[in-house]
Amino acid sequence: MATVAVTAEREHYLNKEYGIRSWLLTTDHKRIALLYLASITFFFFIGGFFALLIRLELLTPAGDLVQADTYNKLFSMHGQVMIFFFLIPSIPAVLGNFLVPLMIGAKDLAFPRINLLSWYLYMIAGVIYIHCIVTGGVDTGWTFYTPFSTAFSNTRVIEAGIAIFIAGFSSILTGLNFVVTIHRMRAPGMTWSRLPLFIWAHYATSIIQLLGTPVLAVTLLLVVFERAFNLGIFDPTRGGDPLLFQHLFWFYSHPAVYIMILPAMAVESEVVACFTRKRIFGYNFVAMSSIAIAVFGFLVWAHHMFVAGISLYSALIFSILSYLVAVPSAIKVFNWTATMYKGSISFTTPMLYAFGFIGLFTMGGLTGLFLACLGIDVHVHDTYFVIAHFHYIMVGGAVMGYLGGLHFWWPKISGRMYPEGWGRLAALLVFVGFNLTFFPQFILGYMGMPRRYWQYPPEFQVLNVLSTAGSTILAVGYVLPMVYFLWSMRYGKIANDNPWGAAGLEWKTSSPPPTFNFDEAPEVTWEAYNYEEIPAPAEVPVER
Amino acid sequence: MSDSPIAVEQHGPELLHHFVDAEQQRDAATLGMWLFLATEIMFFGGMFCAYLIYRYAYYNEFAAGSRSIDIWLGTINTAVLICSSLTVALGVRAAQMGKRKLLVVLLLLTIVFGLAFLGIKGVEWYQKFEEHHIPGHSFNADDLVKEYPQIHIDQQHEQIYFSLYFAMTGLHALHMIIGVGIFIFLTYYAGKGRYTPKYYTPVEIGGLYWHFVDIVWIYLFPLLYLIDRKPLR
Amino acid sequence: MSEHIMSSKLYYTIWIALLCLTVVTAAVSFVDLGRFNTVIALVIATFKALLVVLFFMHVKYTSEKLTKIVITAAIFWLFLLLALSMADYGTRFLS
Repeated sequence: MATVAVTAEREHYLNKEYGIRSWLLTTDHKRIALLYLASITFFFFIGGFFALLIRLELLTPAGDLVQADTYNKLFSMHGQVMIFFFLIPSIPAVLGNFLVPLMIGAKDLAFPRINLLSWYLYMIAGVIYIHCIVTGGVDTGWTFYTPFSTAFSNTRVIEAGIAIFIAGFSSILTGLNFVVTIHRMRAPGMTWSRLPLFIWAHYATSIIQLLGTPVLAVTLLLVVFERAFNLGIFDPTRGGDPLLFQHLFWFYSHPAVYIMILPAMAVESEVVACFTRKRIFGYNFVAMSSIAIAVFGFLVWAHHMFVAGISLYSALIFSILSYLVAVPSAIKVFNWTATMYKGSISFTTPMLYAFGFIGLFTMGGLTGLFLACLGIDVHVHDTYFVIAHFHYIMVGGAVMGYLGGLHFWWPKISGRMYPEGWGRLAALLVFVGFNLTFFPQFILGYMGMPRRYWQYPPEFQVLNVLSTAGSTILAVGYVLPMVYFLWSMRYGKIANDNPWGAAGLEWKTSSPPPTFNFDEAPEVTWEAYNYEEIPAPAEVPVER
Repeated sequence: MSDSPIAVEQHGPELLHHFVDAEQQRDAATLGMWLFLATEIMFFGGMFCAYLIYRYAYYNEFAAGSRSIDIWLGTINTAVLICSSLTVALGVRAAQMGKRKLLVVLLLLTIVFGLAFLGIKGVEWYQKFEEHHIPGHSFNADDLVKEYPQIHIDQQHEQIYFSLYFAMTGLHALHMIIGVGIFIFLTYYAGKGRYTPKYYTPVEIGGLYWHFVDIVWIYLFPLLYLIDRKPLR
Repeated sequence: MSEHIMSSKLYYTIWIALLCLTVVTAAVSFVDLGRFNTVIALVIATFKALLVVLFFMHVKYTSEKLTKIVITAAIFWLFLLLALSMADYGTRFLS
């Protein structure tokens, strides 16, 4: 497999066994991470394809590319695919699966077979959802609101609901595995206060997955029962309350956004520390903020329902709680920034993504505060302002975190360096493309353009055209890494154990690691982020 | 999926290679099961939330619906599950003490109790079918309206009570079926002598699951069957 | 989980207690106590659940604090769902 065979090839997790059975029946957390990498990339492109069609339709004010019903399906499936089949698994299932055991000095996760089961559940869910797409799709919005989803939609609601139900179990089992692993399998000397912040953030994410996802599961099941067996739980004609669905749905779906962002924050901490060569400022605060985000994130869900008909008193409560939940996120941003102060900064690809993350996540988070304000929300709810807000966090935040993490740990995962020049170019394209796509949407929303509409008044066209133009640049930025990562697996410069000179147990084993992670069980006697003891790499590895 | 040969030779085959020792493996398994039960609390909790809200809104219909289900069968079923929890607990104890035959008997008894519960539940559901209390097109609560002329019963709202009744008892029954399935496996392996005082973790965590399903029923019973049984004036 | 082997006598005692409480809760429901019927039913159910958790599930005898934290957290989270939902439903028709 190596193009330049300098020595006999060392055995590691990639070459230990070959053949499709060794991959499909693996219990090695690192191989399972790669299985997930392949599958979520596939779904990313499906979700991206729907986005492309949406943006093409919105190039012109008239509804001239697709019919209205089709447009409803496009935005619904774009949302469901991107959230349930890409973002929720992304960092935890790829980077988390790969790194959690390595970072704590364990040989594998606590339950390797359940880990594999998680992936199979995800794949089964994915196949069912693909079948749903090709047999008619779903047009309820990603949110499945009743009574449209239960009584009026003529699309494949049951199938989509079942697919997401199964995907939810994949998520729950991943979270369960991480919590048990982190509690029970830390190497000797790896105390809680020596854990990388990546682990703290994934621990917080796992708590959300465990406590929130089951509520989504039962809610979707009730929708399926209502459609299939004519039960009347959400049926207004029988006295059912559509808002009950929304309460139960958002009880999960709001914390879900923290499932999506906390792992990106996990990456951020590791990348910022490494490329400023400093311990993260305020380690305890960042660790505790992760937990605080997980807890507070469960207290704010009805801010999605301010204009749906909830009582004003509860709206006030949820509004103030929504302001409070921003605090721990802000603490993290301040701490990352403070880490950079007087640090020795290198502008590598992961660090470019990290810079982008801080700026874009902050913008997304601040606009969330606008939305938490009842008076403003009345005007911008269900407009493009909301769409811009969550895309800033989920794309400008979470996806950039994912890409930054993939680049940072690529040498460890594959044993190769990606081409740094192309990496930086792609990061720049993503940043520019992203802002061009989504900043105009803030303005559109403020001006009153509603979301989920397939036509719009002509005065909104210029901004929509800008947005679509941005999305094409963004698409190029996303395709490039796919190409050069694949290229690097054969032709990339061979990486040594620690090309970045980073702290963390994962960098103390070879790249790629052996199947059981460490040749000798590690014993930890140092604090996290001990950059004062780690020499900077002689040169930041750049492919010329 | 190859095992490091050293680990296998020094410990029994049930010690998985990525664990340091049997105690770590057992601690991980029990923590994992408790976390799973926490997810189940939230899973059933969503339905309890729906129940809470609709009972608050439609008390009369919930009361009438509650009276129409068989309190004797419900009480008997509660007792059946309590007996099954006893046999499970005694079974874990038998495993701890290495009493293989006793363990098998207790596991089988647990399965019998579980099947009895499901059988009685089936009878109850059939009763509802006969009385036209299944939500949907053939739903008819005229009998309830007639029975309680002094309170106003909205037949549409009555469907909500029964929708929740079927959803909650249905999902509970599904968990029972899964539990019975798990215990069939446990019985088989217990019969083969796989569980010893040194290694009986599957019995222990299977037992935890079973007890949890029992606890869900302990709450379902008063909430569904005992809303309002006082004599009508 | 602890290795503590409990006496079968204790198990049988808990079993009898659970059966008695079941009979009590069913019987009490026939007595008119107004709003307290619900309260008593839930209190008895909670007591039964506690007996199962503490004794049959060995939580009373475990030295593992994490188990108790997990149980408490789950119940608390459910309570959050119920309480904050009721914050809406309970105040909808106030004004």
